[in-house]
Amino acid sequence: MSPATATRSKLTDQPNPQTTQDVARELARQLEPARADASIKIKARNVDFFYGQKQVLQGISMDVRERKITALIGPSGCGKTTFLRILNRMYETVKHARAEGEVHLDTDNIFDLPLPNLRRRVGMVFQKPNPFPKSIFDNVAYGPRVHGLAGGARLAELVEQSLRGAALWDEVKDSLHKSGFSLSGGQQQRLSIARALAIDPEVLLLDEPCSALDPISTAKIEELLFTIENRCTLVIVTHNMAQAARVADYTGFFLMGKLVEFNDTKTVFTNPAKKETEDYITGRFG
Amino acid sequence: MNAVMSLATALCALVAVVPLLFVLGLLVVKGASSLNLAFFTKLPVPVGETGGGIANAIVGSGQLLLLAAVFGVPLGVLGGIYLSEFGGWGVPFLVRYAADLLVTVPSIVIGIFAYAVVVLPVGHFSALAGGFALGVMLLPIVVTNTEQFLRTVPVWLREGSLALGAGHWKTIVSVVVPTALQGILTGILLALARVAGETAPLIFTAFNNAYWNRGWNQPISSLPYMIWIYGISAYDDWHRMAWAAALVLLALVLLVNVLARLVLARRMATRRAV
Repeated sequence: MSPATATRSKLTDQPNPQTTQDVARELARQLEPARADASIKIKARNVDFFYGQKQVLQGISMDVRERKITALIGPSGCGKTTFLRILNRMYETVKHARAEGEVHLDTDNIFDLPLPNLRRRVGMVFQKPNPFPKSIFDNVAYGPRVHGLAGGARLAELVEQSLRGAALWDEVKDSLHKSGFSLSGGQQQRLSIARALAIDPEVLLLDEPCSALDPISTAKIEELLFTIENRCTLVIVTHNMAQAARVADYTGFFLMGKLVEFNDTKTVFTNPAKKETEDYITGRFG
Repeated sequence: MNAVMSLATALCALVAVVPLLFVLGLLVVKGASSLNLAFFTKLPVPVGETGGGIANAIVGSGQLLLLAAVFGVPLGVLGGIYLSEFGGWGVPFLVRYAADLLVTVPSIVIGIFAYAVVVLPVGHFSALAGGFALGVMLLPIVVTNTEQFLRTVPVWLREGSLALGAGHWKTIVSVVVPTALQGILTGILLALARVAGETAPLIFTAFNNAYWNRGWNQPISSLPYMIWIYGISAYDDWHRMAWAAALVLLALVLLVNVLARLVLARRMATRRAV
């Protein structure tokens, strides 16, 4: 492990405490109730997905645990991103795309929820940092304004909280009026996260959030995920198996439109039940 | 072989630029000597008298372009938004096809059209009719250009807004259009520069006026029309005025062009920073 990525690893359960914060976080973690007790935030049952006539997902069933990090891994084109985009119904922007089956967010069927409502509860961070052509402040304030959550001093407070939540506040507090484009790639991605956090989502979906970033920025984002985990359920799609091993409590392995294996990360990486999973993890394909 | 071909293409490029340089040079040689302060500030004088200027035509061209923008820009931008954001087959296909056709319609035909729908019902020539004709010419250029720049806005930017729970229209107004705004503005400026030199649509609509403009519903003078009238006259003095007026028109169009490209260059600079 390079120094840049020497953060705590959930795979080995051997923290590498470097700061008192790390130690404190690890103590807090040990005091948490056992993993299996975490309640189910998203329950997907027999989800099929089609582009026109072409079926790209087959019978996906998965329980996403509340305030845990769930990673979706698999080779390109396996359907992991497609599955992620079902959870906030982002797939609906594509014509002739169709999902079947059941997905519940708590007790609500996501296909019955009004879109603004669903997307307020289920946020998303994209592969490419995507600041809007607005100031840093207005980027973060965008969601709260759309949903009419706050104005004036309360909005400024909310923007600050969100930027702090994305570990960006100290870097931008004196330049909130500057364009979001003026930030570096890693900062832009944290701005995207702050923007998503500003509407206080219950679930945050991350679609390969680090694939366009350098290792140092990646480490910062991964570290950030551990703090966001305390307030929100995280589902992350990643190409990077080491990243899944580092950050995720649970891991799902997708292959050719099917969920081959879904279990806690340690089991998936050290004692996979399926041969395909083992082959992929040991680098035999993909 | 490479040397031969690069020489051949360089020669062709040179030949292509020669007419432009020739026109520019001729205008400067023939027109510059007639330029003075009075030319820009005074009204035309009758044949035989010396002095006078084309101030009314310069102001008139400005007013006509303003009217053209009022008629053509809002409609063109909204049409472009429709084609880019709600496009598909059927109606959008027809609109796009109509816009492509409208660009190729001879400007004299647009002049006759404006004559039929504005001048005839009102009963006389007017600045409004001229502005309307130029606006009709402007419309398809703005529609096509707006659509193209909106299409360059990356899908992940739109999705960033949709993912926050914003609706389609909110996303268009707050994210998509601002991202493409500089391109859209550049297109509008270039389209205005393009119609600024049109004479044919004005013959049947704005007509002419030897004095200051007396109102939007009255005939109005303009640079291209002035150049035409003075150019085909029998007087040497008027010929000199026409050359000078042509130089002024070209300089104004060039200015708008350069301005537009500066705007676009700034846009590209911000893009690269992404």
